[in-house]
Amino acid sequence: MTDFSTIDITEAKKLLSQKKITATELTEFFIKQIEEKQDLNCFITKTFDTALKMAKRSDEKIQNGSDIGLLEGIPIGMKDLFCTDGVKTTAGSKILENFVPFYESTVSQNLWRNGAIMLGKTNMDEFAMGSANTTSFFGNVLNPIRSDDQKDLVPGGSSGGSASAVASGQCFAATGSDTGGSIRQPASFCGLVGLKPTYGRCSRFGMVAFASSLDQAGPITKTVSDAALMLQSMCSYDEKDSTSSKKLIPNFSDYKKFDLKGKKIGLPKEYIIDGLNEEIKKKFDHCVNVFKDCGAELIDISLPHTNYALPTYYIIAPAEASANLARYDGVRYGLRENSENLDDLYQITRASGFGDEVKRRLIIGTYVLSAGYYDAYYLKALKVRQLISNDFKNAFEKCDLILTPTTPNVAFPIGEKQSDPLEMYLNDVLTVPASLAGLPAISVSAGNNNKNLPIGMQIIGKPFEEISVLAAGSAIESSKEEK
Amino acid sequence: MSFFIDGNTGKWEVVLGLEVHAQIKSNSKLFSTASTEWGGDPNTQVELVDCGMPGALPVINEFCVNQAILTGLSINAQINEKSIFDRKNYFYPDLPQGYQISQFEYPIVGNGFLMIETESGEKRIGITRLHLEQDAGKSIHDQDIKNTLIDLNRSGCALMEIVSEPDLRSPEEAALYVKKLRSILRCIGSCDGNMEKGNLRADVNVSVRKPDSEMGTRCEIKNVNSIKFIQQAIEYEARRQVELIENGKEIIQETRLFDPNKGETRSMRGKEESHDYRYFPDPDLPPLIISKEKIEELRKSLPELPDEKKSRFISEYNLTNYDAQVLTDDQYVSDFFEEVVKNRDPKLVVSWISVELFSFLKKNDIELSESKISPKKIANLLDFIISGKISNRQAKELFEPYLKSNLEAKDFIEKMGVEQVSDEGEIEELINRVLQQNPKMVEDYKNGKDKLFGFFVGQVMKESKGKANPQIVNKILQDKLA
Repeated sequence: MTDFSTIDITEAKKLLSQKKITATELTEFFIKQIEEKQDLNCFITKTFDTALKMAKRSDEKIQNGSDIGLLEGIPIGMKDLFCTDGVKTTAGSKILENFVPFYESTVSQNLWRNGAIMLGKTNMDEFAMGSANTTSFFGNVLNPIRSDDQKDLVPGGSSGGSASAVASGQCFAATGSDTGGSIRQPASFCGLVGLKPTYGRCSRFGMVAFASSLDQAGPITKTVSDAALMLQSMCSYDEKDSTSSKKLIPNFSDYKKFDLKGKKIGLPKEYIIDGLNEEIKKKFDHCVNVFKDCGAELIDISLPHTNYALPTYYIIAPAEASANLARYDGVRYGLRENSENLDDLYQITRASGFGDEVKRRLIIGTYVLSAGYYDAYYLKALKVRQLISNDFKNAFEKCDLILTPTTPNVAFPIGEKQSDPLEMYLNDVLTVPASLAGLPAISVSAGNNNKNLPIGMQIIGKPFEEISVLAAGSAIESSKEEK
Repeated sequence: MSFFIDGNTGKWEVVLGLEVHAQIKSNSKLFSTASTEWGGDPNTQVELVDCGMPGALPVINEFCVNQAILTGLSINAQINEKSIFDRKNYFYPDLPQGYQISQFEYPIVGNGFLMIETESGEKRIGITRLHLEQDAGKSIHDQDIKNTLIDLNRSGCALMEIVSEPDLRSPEEAALYVKKLRSILRCIGSCDGNMEKGNLRADVNVSVRKPDSEMGTRCEIKNVNSIKFIQQAIEYEARRQVELIENGKEIIQETRLFDPNKGETRSMRGKEESHDYRYFPDPDLPPLIISKEKIEELRKSLPELPDEKKSRFISEYNLTNYDAQVLTDDQYVSDFFEEVVKNRDPKLVVSWISVELFSFLKKNDIELSESKISPKKIANLLDFIISGKISNRQAKELFEPYLKSNLEAKDFIEKMGVEQVSDEGEIEELINRVLQQNPKMVEDYKNGKDKLFGFFVGQVMKESKGKANPQIVNKILQDKLA
């Protein structure tokens, strides 16, 4: 069997169209990979039968040369946050352990329509709340990359199953969702490309909600070129989502024609914080030089409210979550524990169905919305969020793109940062601001540290300018290859 | 006429404010395309968002927005170009999302007012706001011994909550206010006003105070679903509060329920048990933006409102204020009147509709709209009076059986044999016969006994078995006896 784990979607598409390989061969290969790499715990549900059926259909289409989708015959992983018709969708939670939707999320629907093949539903932090994929009811996911001292590392989160699956060659690409960094951070920890598009690019219909004003679907891929193809196949204007954007959807692969020469790249001083891992700083400096070499102009900028982003995020996201997760009450679907009366039904079901991190955030969210605290916390957070948005708006008057590290540190061993939630939350400190502002942002690996662990760099762009973000990401990607 | 409650310590004034919940007449729900039809099998009119499925999202129904704007315009209210949907959080089994989508700080409609016609003249009742919100589902407790059953057909239906200022001062005023509001809603078609089906229901805020003093502590009576009950609930609650205060006790601000069987209110939950709803803007829905153009367009599409109609009835048909009011209280009645009055004497038509027809309806305890009586049915009968074929009195006697029969006026009158004789030749013959039979009386009359004229008329009517047209009898008799 050919090893397909070394090629990307772009190459596989070529081979498929030249009829050198078939979708069925690809699918069989990845099924085998998934079976062999079960110890990484990337998948909550495997859909091999469906995958082989989909592959057969793709092969027929390719054979007939008609109706060939952008991702025709490409096997992928679907984060278990996207509702899939007839396939268990758990959001990593016990409370949805046996929930089988009878409807399809718009994002997954778009992917199937474009010919993608579903290998299974990938593991994730419970309700996407986590940065290490350690909060999943279905167990933690391992990062396929090991440090030189051979410790088991986290893949990042919340899209940890997706990232680990792609990094370990169990699928070409996978979907993720990003609320405060859940695509970019695991992509960074696993040496991959993670793209969070502009808020509104991808429909949220059928995506289990965490924080509605922040949640945005996006791809985790091996290459920037694949990220463009995946995003192209995922996004659409959707009348079923009132926050989805009607903005024209460009051909994202046009990033290849985008010239960085003369473009201004902003370097925000607030992101180059004291205590930033020195090797990450080194990679950052390397990227600065990459852009210089491209003919871009590097300028110092300031995003003065950056320090407030993390606390703001940890008020707004839990507040929204406290309402979004109220529907898991044991009444209509999902887990229902035995109870004598109504209050018990709620309390016992939710106490047993939600894990600690989800409970922590629901309590925070309920608290910040409570009478007497609303103004001091939630309302203030909304105002600060506006200030953070304005920071970016002002910065983008001076520059076209912003370069930052994706995370303050590289992947850490399983079990670390578990005792203090705040320490875990700090993982998101560099990704949260772009989420609050709804801006497109990509994480691209800029190479490894001296322990061979990947370091991701983040490019933040103007609203709906994913193309320039992809182009900048591509520049970093190529510099790594050259090295 | 002011309304006061006589307590042991003197007169007490009642202060009332109403929150009316009106279900918007719309084929589909506020945030989903599910049907709103009444009476469907349980849980058959439910979309993903109505049962709170994971990943389901609300999408605003423009038609419901337009209905709310029209309603706002018809209560002289300001339409807010930007309003915001909020989540009102609480757990209840018939609330599938765990929150109700409502409007809290920024409602779609702001300050307005409407006029009510009290015994002492017109009174302006302020309206604080109108906002859009989702209805909840229905919990059914009496169909299964062990379980509560849930029907989500109503879940997500569009409601308008219309909040009045505390401007009402008596149970009657409250009733007039609800009637007026209902007639406006029906007129523009934004709500069918059916209180029995719960499509219109009111929360009543009641407090009492000594005249010209500070507002008292109020109690809110939830979900009262008939005008009669609103009045009863207010009367009971106001007296309860007066008694408490006069006995040196304090009114506790609380939510109460009205029990129509016992005619009393009782505590549902106190202020300290009141929910903290944790309202916050719904991140699934962008702010609702309404353009000036759209407001103007809708304003132009407004039908003639009850107040305008009333003024027109007074000027066009020369009706009294009272008659015009009675006829324009209800859209169906006013349309009915206008259909009957075409080419007919308004005075005659008014008296037949507002006196005869209404007393028939009252006696049979039905609404005109439910009665299946057509304007044509009334008009045809009136035409027999106008042409003199039957007398007004005959018509009154026939009225009830006629309304209950399926016959046309012509056939009914024929069948009953009551058609009036207006043929002059025929009447002259009768008169001649009567005069011939009573020569002595004729002589006495001619000698000045004028009062005998009535005797002759009576005899002629008797001869005709009451069918002779009295006016023609009078006319011919006068000629003959001259």
